[in-house]
Amino acid sequence: MMSHAAAHYTSTGLDSRKMAFWAFIGSECLLFGSLISTYLVYKGRSVVGPTTHEILNIPVTSVSTFDLLMSSLAMVLALSAVERGDKIWARGWLATTALLGLVFLGFQAYEFTTFVHEGLKLDTNLFGSTFFVLTGFHGGHVAIGVLWLLTLLVRSFMGKLGPDKALNVEIAGLYWHFVDVVWIVIFTVVYLLQ
Amino acid sequence: MPEHTETDKPERKHLSVDAYLAIAGVLTLITLVEVGVFYVPAFQAFLAPVLLTLSAAKFALVVMFYMHLKTDHRLFTMIFTLPLLLALGVAVALLFLFGVFVG
Repeated sequence: MMSHAAAHYTSTGLDSRKMAFWAFIGSECLLFGSLISTYLVYKGRSVVGPTTHEILNIPVTSVSTFDLLMSSLAMVLALSAVERGDKIWARGWLATTALLGLVFLGFQAYEFTTFVHEGLKLDTNLFGSTFFVLTGFHGGHVAIGVLWLLTLLVRSFMGKLGPDKALNVEIAGLYWHFVDVVWIVIFTVVYLLQ
Repeated sequence: MPEHTETDKPERKHLSVDAYLAIAGVLTLITLVEVGVFYVPAFQAFLAPVLLTLSAAKFALVVMFYMHLKTDHRLFTMIFTLPLLLALGVAVALLFLFGVFVG
C-alpha cells in the first residue's frame, strides 16, 4: 500500500508540491520580467561609460551559456536515472549538473571582477546598476540551485533518493531549467542585442 | 472524497536519452547561430527579430521537453504561461511608457 503521507494530491489529482512549484516559477517570471524590463528601459541612457559594447565579452559569455545549456541536459538525464532507479548514473548526472553550475558561477565571478577592474561598478552608471542587479539575481538563483543539487547528491549517497523520491529531483530540475531559460533570455537581450 | 492510489499519479511520457541529447544538440546549434549572426555585419539590419526568434525557440524547447510541459498536465502549462504572458505584457508596456520604441 502506498503511503499517503508521501503523496500530496490535490482535488485535480495532481501533486500539490509540483503545483505549488509551478506557481512559484510563475512568480519568478514576474520577478525576472521586471528586472529585464528595468534593464531595457535604462539601456543606452548612461551618461558616463563604460557601456555595453565597450565591456561585454561575447566569446566568454557564449561559452558560459553553452555550459548552462549542458547543465540542463545533465539535469534531465539525472531525473531519468533516478526514475529508473539507476543510482550510479543519478549521482553522476547530479554531480555533473552541480559542477556545470559552479563553472557558470566561476564565469560570472570572472566577468564581474573584470568589469570592476575596468571601472564598471554597481553605482557607476545606469548600465552598471541594472546589469549587476539582473545578472546578480540570476547568479544567486544558480548558487541556490547548486546547493539544492548538492543536497540531493548527499541524499543519494545516504540511500534516500530512490525512484519513489523522483518528484524531489523533478522539482529541483524544474528550478534548474527555469534558471536556464532565464539565462537564454538574458544572453540575447543583454549580450547580443547591444 | 476520491481515494488516490499510486495509479492516480499523472504519468508523463518520458523521452529517451537519445531525444534529450538531440534537443541539446539543437540548443547548441541555435546558440552557435545566435553568436554567428551577432558577428555577421549583413545581419545587423534585422538582428533583433532574428535573435529574439532564436531565443524564443530555445526557450520553448527547454520548457516543452526538459521541463516536460509538452507531455505534462495542461494545468501546469497554464500556471506557467499566464504569469509569463503577464510579465511580457508588463515589459512591453514599460518599454512603451519610457519611450524605448520612439525613434
